[in-house]
Amino acid sequence: MRGQLLAVTLVLACGVATYVTMRSAFRSLELAQADYYSSFRFADIFVHLRRAPVSLGAALADISGVTSVQTRIVMDVSLDIPGLPEPATGRLISIPERRSPMLNDLFLREGRYLEPGGHGEVLISEAFALANRLTVGASLDAVLNGKWERLTIVGIALSPEYIYEIRPSEVFPDNRRFGVLWMSGDVLESSFNMKEAFNDVSLSLSRGADEREVISRVDRVLSRYGSLGAFSRTDQISYRFLTDELGELRAYGFVLPLLFLGVVSFLLNVLLSRLVSTQRAQIAVLKAFGYTRYEIGLHYLELALVAVSAGAVLGVAAGLWLSVGLMNLYTRYFHFPALRLQSAPDILIVAVAIAAGAACLGAVAAVRRAVALAPAEAMRPEPPATFRPGLLERLGLRTFLSPASRMVVRNLDRRRWRATFSVLAVSLSIAIIVAGSYAIDAVELLVRIQFQSVQREDVTLVFQELQSSRARYELARLPGVLRVEAFREIPARLRFGHRKRRVGILGLPVDAELRRPVDSHLRPVVLPPTGLVLNKALAELLVARPGDTITVEVLEGARPVREVTIMALADEPVGLGVYMDLSALHRLMREGETLSGAWLRVDARAAPGLYASLKRTPSISGVAVRQVMLASFWKSFGESIQVSTAFLVGFAVTIAFGVVYNGARVALSERGHELASLRVLGYTRGEITRILLGEQAALLLAAIPLGVVLGYLLSILLSHFFARELFRLPLVANPATYAFAILVVVIATLVSGLIVARRLWHMDLTEVLKARE
Amino acid sequence: MPILQSQPVMPREPVFRMREVTKCYLLGDVEVHALRGVDLDLFAGEFIVVLGPSGSGKSTLLNILGGLDLPTSGEVHYLDHNLTAASDAALTRFRREHVGFVFQFYNLIPSLTALENVALVTDIADHPLDPSEALRLVGLGDRLNHFPSQLSGGEQQRVAIARAVAKRPDVLLCDEPTGALDYATGKLVLEVLERVNRELGTIVGIITHNAAITGMADRVVRVSSGAIAEIHCNSARISPSELSW
Repeated sequence: MRGQLLAVTLVLACGVATYVTMRSAFRSLELAQADYYSSFRFADIFVHLRRAPVSLGAALADISGVTSVQTRIVMDVSLDIPGLPEPATGRLISIPERRSPMLNDLFLREGRYLEPGGHGEVLISEAFALANRLTVGASLDAVLNGKWERLTIVGIALSPEYIYEIRPSEVFPDNRRFGVLWMSGDVLESSFNMKEAFNDVSLSLSRGADEREVISRVDRVLSRYGSLGAFSRTDQISYRFLTDELGELRAYGFVLPLLFLGVVSFLLNVLLSRLVSTQRAQIAVLKAFGYTRYEIGLHYLELALVAVSAGAVLGVAAGLWLSVGLMNLYTRYFHFPALRLQSAPDILIVAVAIAAGAACLGAVAAVRRAVALAPAEAMRPEPPATFRPGLLERLGLRTFLSPASRMVVRNLDRRRWRATFSVLAVSLSIAIIVAGSYAIDAVELLVRIQFQSVQREDVTLVFQELQSSRARYELARLPGVLRVEAFREIPARLRFGHRKRRVGILGLPVDAELRRPVDSHLRPVVLPPTGLVLNKALAELLVARPGDTITVEVLEGARPVREVTIMALADEPVGLGVYMDLSALHRLMREGETLSGAWLRVDARAAPGLYASLKRTPSISGVAVRQVMLASFWKSFGESIQVSTAFLVGFAVTIAFGVVYNGARVALSERGHELASLRVLGYTRGEITRILLGEQAALLLAAIPLGVVLGYLLSILLSHFFARELFRLPLVANPATYAFAILVVVIATLVSGLIVARRLWHMDLTEVLKARE
Repeated sequence: MPILQSQPVMPREPVFRMREVTKCYLLGDVEVHALRGVDLDLFAGEFIVVLGPSGSGKSTLLNILGGLDLPTSGEVHYLDHNLTAASDAALTRFRREHVGFVFQFYNLIPSLTALENVALVTDIADHPLDPSEALRLVGLGDRLNHFPSQLSGGEQQRVAIARAVAKRPDVLLCDEPTGALDYATGKLVLEVLERVNRELGTIVGIITHNAAITGMADRVVRVSSGAIAEIHCNSARISPSELSW
């Protein structure tokens, strides 16, 4: 009994722990987010534009539903960070010189706010400071409108706009090479020639305001000023990542505990059913002495409650411990002023209540039979197990199987539901590993597709201002540059029917090698001389197909509106790419050879020299080095893989152990007598062990294909769950993952089986034969 | 004790030979002497009944003869096999090759039909009878595909006998084979045992506290308090049909 109760306790503890962990994390993040957003006035609407007079702010404030307006200057610039070979990208954001409440307000972690007239003072984001070990008082160099300026860090701050601090268009944060810097508006105005002007605005809305209406009115006001289109929180990157994470936590916090507690119900039902039938006589005696049904029922429920109490204590403790770990993990990615674990008592109480409910559900069904027996009937030994011709006879398998194998099949056939649930539970443990590892395999594949087939450049450069074709030749002269492919990117709104989407259209040279759209088989999609190549996910959002003509509203320069045909689809896992032949894009814009940036292939040996030159090139606002980005990604991803794999294996082993150990123990209790008889008849220990564990082996054999299918189906479900605009996890079935899942469960089954078999080996034959079953 | 002297002079070598066999075990904190220096020989083809009240040690005697248990001291030989300190594997092989058991409560496998219960044993035997032939021998030729729960107590016991004899054992050991059966069925089962002894030449040892069946034996061994009180040879065996109790 002890071993069996332990198995139930462990599975129950997993259920409680996952619930406590996920719910606490969910609650903590959700509260932290809500609190941060309201205390620091996170805006509702965001717009980036080319340039507008500050006076326009009043016009925006007049729009019905808008409660406040924050105009500002936002510029991406190149930074030279001490100790960092590559140039970093700094996002400069203007703030008032004197501290006053504003939208997207700052939480000052360390140091002080800007001092009026303190030229060159900056506040920097905490993530960036930590990643680069920058402290208050340190300085860094930035290119401000073509001139190098030395900036002094006076404070370290956080903003609700950058809880998840990531460079736009990237999938993984790289806090070493991208950071936010807040500077005096006056300084930025003069540095970027933006006197009395702004290029970015945030708005907050009154409760109940019509967001879509406000957005379209803002767009109308700002369109003449080079607006890239207003968008709401849903499209704000940091908000989006955090909200998606909350969605995942909510889903996992529901599904995982449900699975574990389902297994608990089943295990307790089997365990107590067997216990009740072996204790028939005792139950009868108690009843004969006048114990009521209620008292006897309670006795068995108490046993279930032992497992619940032990499992609850263990689960709550493990859950709290894991929540702390998860919170620590979150603080690496989500930057809050304070992210405190919110493990309110109600979460713990609900966890324990659900666990107790699941346990009682399993126990009550078993105990009901015990209390229903009339004492006289209960005192008689249970009649021999009744068998009738069944599955074997129907399937005509009988002649192919030895009597020992027939025993196995008939016993399973006789308790079909128990066998079915056992198979389901064991297959679940395979599926948990498969589906859990799916995300890992898929992210690996995504990164490989994106960075081996789509993005093949070593360095991406973004120009501060549009450049002429001459820039290409200047770049080619830089040290170590082997190949230059310049590109043009224009912000645009694609419209098809009533659907629209803000995107960047990327113009690629005809002979592009460093960046090329690929199809689902990773074959490069050849850019047609005219027309667009759309990422499949974008085409689906617009419900458009190749051959359809869509409206392109350019959000730059003269803001032309053109009709363009979709010529082909690309199928990359990251982003919502729109591609066009570079010359075709120039024609569409009726412009000369204008370039927004370039991709470089670089001789690795000369890279340090190149980085040094790039740091000194003021016309470049952004530099991304593929290799360092990938390296930093693999490092943090590798750590999380190990942790999550350890948990998945732990969960799977717990379920497999619980089910198989209990199954084998119950089988031993039910058939110990039969097996002892076989030993008397001359069967060896090995032979009866095979019969006892044959059942578990048969269940395992049935569970493996089911687990594989279930794992694959869950992977499909997850791939839909993770179909985001920012990235889509490809559906992948890595044979090594499936093999690993099967191996883990087979080993868990084998070990659990052998623990039970040891009892069988030490059974005293003469004792067993004396006892009439 | 005048045991050896009272044994008839047999020209044959004994198949089983027990010398000075004792068996002690702990029952809780109490040491129980189940056998106290037992000497006994069994000869080829004989029908022997071991008689004694419960607790007399007769089941222990059967367990040691059948290789289910080891003596605390003394010697047990089956032909040239020394069973005194045999390993578990050796005892298993001994039971598998030479011994058939019949128990008071049949010990059939409920998930197997009569035929399959017999086949379970013939599968691991070297020169077995055909399972259906073994069942015909005990008069169950028409019940081959019935499960134990579909058979009466007597029928179940006859399946158990068929199962025990199907591997052509050298010795058939029966522990209270009629204990759970009514009078008529009990006699039917004894007739089957007698027939097995007569037709297959198997040594049959029956343990019972029912003195009425001693008449069908070649020899009757009376056990009392862990020792053999008397061995009696019947001059002529009575047919089971003539027994009454």
